[in-house]
Amino acid sequence: MNKTGKIYGINGPVVYLKGNTEFKMAEMVYVGKDRLVGEVIGLTKDRTTIQVYEETTGIKPGELVEGTGAPISVTLAPGILNNIFDGIERPLSEIAKEGGAYINRGTEVDSLDMEKRWEAHMTAEAGMRVSGGTIICEVQETSAIVHKVMLPPDLAGTLTKVMPDGAYTIRDTIAVLQKDDGTEQALTMMQKWPIRVPRPSSKRYPASKPLVTGQRILDTLFPIAKGGTAAVPGGFGTGKTMTQHQIAKWSDADIIIYIGCGERGNEMTQVLEEFSELVDPRSGNPLMDRTALIANTSNMPVAAREASIYTGITLAEYYRDMGYDVAIMADSTSRWAEALRELSGRLEEMPAEEGFPAYLASRLSAFYERAGLMMNLNGTEGSVSIIGAVSPQGGDFSEPVTQNTKRFVRCFWGLDKSLAYARHFPAIHWLTSYSEYISDLAPWYRDHVAKDFMDCRNRMMVILNQESSLMEIVKLIGSDVLPDDQKLVLEIARVVRLGFLQQNAFHPDDTCVPMEKQMKMMQTILYLYDKAKALVAQGMPMSVLKSENIFERVIAIKYDVPNNQLEDFEGYREEIDAFYDRVLEKNA
Amino acid sequence: MAIEYLGLSEINGPLIALEGVQDASYEEIVELTIDGTKRELGRIVECYEDKAVIQVFGGTDNMSLHNTHTKLTGHPMEIALSPEILGRTFNGIGQPIDGLGEVVSHIHRNVNGQPLNPVMREYPRNYIRTGFSAIDGLTTLIRGQKLPIFSGNGLPHDQLAAQLVRQASLGEDSEEEFAVIFAAMGVKHDVAEFFRRAFEESGVSEHVTMFLNLANDPVVERLITPKVALTAAEYLAFECGMHILVILTDMTSFAEAMREVSSSKGEIPSRKGYPGYLYSELAALYERAGIVQGVNGSVTQIPILTMPNDDITHPIPDLTGYITEGQIVLDRALHGQGVYPPISVLPSLSRLMKDGIGEGYTRGDHQALANQLFSSYAKVGDARALASVIGEDELSPIDKQYLLFGKAFEERFVGQGADDNRSIQETLDIGWELLRMLPREELDRIDTKILDVYYKAEQ
Repeated sequence: MNKTGKIYGINGPVVYLKGNTEFKMAEMVYVGKDRLVGEVIGLTKDRTTIQVYEETTGIKPGELVEGTGAPISVTLAPGILNNIFDGIERPLSEIAKEGGAYINRGTEVDSLDMEKRWEAHMTAEAGMRVSGGTIICEVQETSAIVHKVMLPPDLAGTLTKVMPDGAYTIRDTIAVLQKDDGTEQALTMMQKWPIRVPRPSSKRYPASKPLVTGQRILDTLFPIAKGGTAAVPGGFGTGKTMTQHQIAKWSDADIIIYIGCGERGNEMTQVLEEFSELVDPRSGNPLMDRTALIANTSNMPVAAREASIYTGITLAEYYRDMGYDVAIMADSTSRWAEALRELSGRLEEMPAEEGFPAYLASRLSAFYERAGLMMNLNGTEGSVSIIGAVSPQGGDFSEPVTQNTKRFVRCFWGLDKSLAYARHFPAIHWLTSYSEYISDLAPWYRDHVAKDFMDCRNRMMVILNQESSLMEIVKLIGSDVLPDDQKLVLEIARVVRLGFLQQNAFHPDDTCVPMEKQMKMMQTILYLYDKAKALVAQGMPMSVLKSENIFERVIAIKYDVPNNQLEDFEGYREEIDAFYDRVLEKNA
Repeated sequence: MAIEYLGLSEINGPLIALEGVQDASYEEIVELTIDGTKRELGRIVECYEDKAVIQVFGGTDNMSLHNTHTKLTGHPMEIALSPEILGRTFNGIGQPIDGLGEVVSHIHRNVNGQPLNPVMREYPRNYIRTGFSAIDGLTTLIRGQKLPIFSGNGLPHDQLAAQLVRQASLGEDSEEEFAVIFAAMGVKHDVAEFFRRAFEESGVSEHVTMFLNLANDPVVERLITPKVALTAAEYLAFECGMHILVILTDMTSFAEAMREVSSSKGEIPSRKGYPGYLYSELAALYERAGIVQGVNGSVTQIPILTMPNDDITHPIPDLTGYITEGQIVLDRALHGQGVYPPISVLPSLSRLMKDGIGEGYTRGDHQALANQLFSSYAKVGDARALASVIGEDELSPIDKQYLLFGKAFEERFVGQGADDNRSIQETLDIGWELLRMLPREELDRIDTKILDVYYKAEQ
């Protein structure tokens, strides 16, 4: 029999119980006669504090609270992908079937479809010695992904019985395990895992390969590693969500977990619609087939918003354990931090900076440290990469969430308001952004893209930095007075900005660009720079160089060269040579 | 059945505490009778086994610890709804103040609303033509969107909103039912009067429901006003199938009221003294815009807020911008130059625009044209900054062209008369006319094919 207690007081999403209730810390409870889901967050001798994941309107003191004996957990089994959940893994489409257009309180639905039969292929056999993580059977979960059913991490023993291949629901027994103490346990395809506890792995590898996103400024200038962490901070309207969408669509991760944490309802609808229609360029399957969405929109209860981040990362770790590369989009971690602040305020805790609780930094670090490239318990290699959007108050990066996030991520893609105002997208500013993975990933780029990739990348960064210091002068005295070689730097920087960094998410070719094309574009721009520099060194004025349309031609490469016709780049090299000869001839 | 409690144990600003209550529930509405005559409504905001903290909508003046009777109603705040509410005027908590009597209906709705399930939303795609070039061309309003106007004191946001209602109501598909819900929170009498007259003059007052909490009305009522208005809007949209435009003004007063109540409750303040749940509260309002699958109607929101000290980073506009789907920002400098509407286009944005324009909606070149106008106008700012240092004469010829373009853009594209109701075609054509002031190689945001068609069109 589960323990119960009586409600004493209610304040927003926080409910108090009087007396010693014998609940456990972080235990999941059902609150009141509507059976709202809650979690124990504070225990003292004479008071128990519970945060409720649903609206508390209408709850009365004296109603019962029932414990479940277990912490808040997620259900892990086939059926997670191509699905949309709320912050505590309740499927929104099932809730809609029960309650219509609005989310009713106390809706009890199963996290995953318990009735659906999955075609399972057993990979283990009776008599086999198994330990946590061992793959027992495989299920084609969606067209894109094979779901590998594993032994829960905390179990070990010998399989005494394995069912034959066939169609099973996630509740059916598929094998029987004899534990080392002699007891037997029936295994199903389903396991539960508490959301606040990282799933174990054997070993952490250093970052070695990039998460290729098809976005030039990310892949070339500020790459993130598989198993890495990145923050995307930016004021409203600077394109955080767009950046996250682009990565979710085009990155080469196997699985995408998209967490809409305290964001707009229409945005989630858009992701759902768009991802169902779009096709993964690498596998040819619908993008939703590799995606799970967690939607806790801004008007949904605040406590569930706090939980949604953990729900998302637990799902990600589960797929990592199967040996997949998983990428998490957390949009936005600031809303999660604000949920912490809101609950902390209700609990009357002593606030630290800007009203945020003092444990903000440790919570953030605990979350980001769950990312990584791992050797799993079963020996496979998988990764979880976290890309967290940050919505700084007033667009000011000095606020606590941005600053604390910066300490725990190794990639920082700072979005810039003035770039967004000029509709330069992605509005990631090349001077404020950085990636600490550059040196880790240099060998990969050398082996898989080109030997001189890093040299080219660094040259481009130098040009952009030179431009920025020259612009200081230009702002004071205008560009006419600069010497020609500096004018050339400005012109090439313009080509880099417009032709390379700016990328059009709505253009069929430009929305996702393969590494080879990125490399060729970079080489072409730098080749043009070298040739033009030689001309300037021979005394040709910039006005003559600019009278040719070669700069515009190179800027338009992103639209004019289709992603599958990279041989066209030869033509550009010839054009640049011709431009060089023509200018020399004319002015000889 | 309904027990009346006599007396109170504490009065603190708009909050009262009542001890020894039985069976009270969180957020329940209570009826208070003061001295046996004056009646007030209140809401339970904190609730314990033997004590309830109640927020009194009308304020606690004249209350003493002994003269007040409290009665629990047993339900949260509800209002009666019927299609008859169109053309009526109510106070901030939904009581009629136009002398036409109570709304008679068996339909009662909880004003707190419930979150709309994202899987049941329909992604908004149909644009609403407003007749303003700066809005239609660059920050297109979409049916089901929430698009606030960020303004400042003394700027013509009221005129803009009134004209927008007038022109949007004359949309192309006028066979569909259209109505306006107007919610005023702490606005001046003159402003409320201005809107009433504007609705009357444009002949839409039959289709307008007004909820008025004026500047001298009780502050706590303001917290309920937008919820009441949006409940009415949801009813008309999703149950009666109408297209509803909701104007909420002024969101700043709403947030101020929340801060006032929060501090009297002794809560821990976060930024600038506002409570930590300001974001959640604002979101609970703004997210009530949208379209529900399989239902004909829609709720489009135009909240108006005055930025304190014109500061866009102040918590109210800042949090609003993070929730709403874009913003229209008004600019004092443009207003000073006599440009009407003084819309500052660079910080203005419509997030839903990209899916509601282009071929099949407006015109194929719309997105490219908008991008180019934004980009070119951003360069005007650079040229002006340079001119202010080195003087206009010293500028390069191209920078001078940008200055001319900028002036023309502000006067002819952004600026238009108070009666000028432009079609999308006109707006786009003016945009191209302006772009032709710049040399073709400066237009780097437009695909060459589109340039070939439109750039040369009239040369």
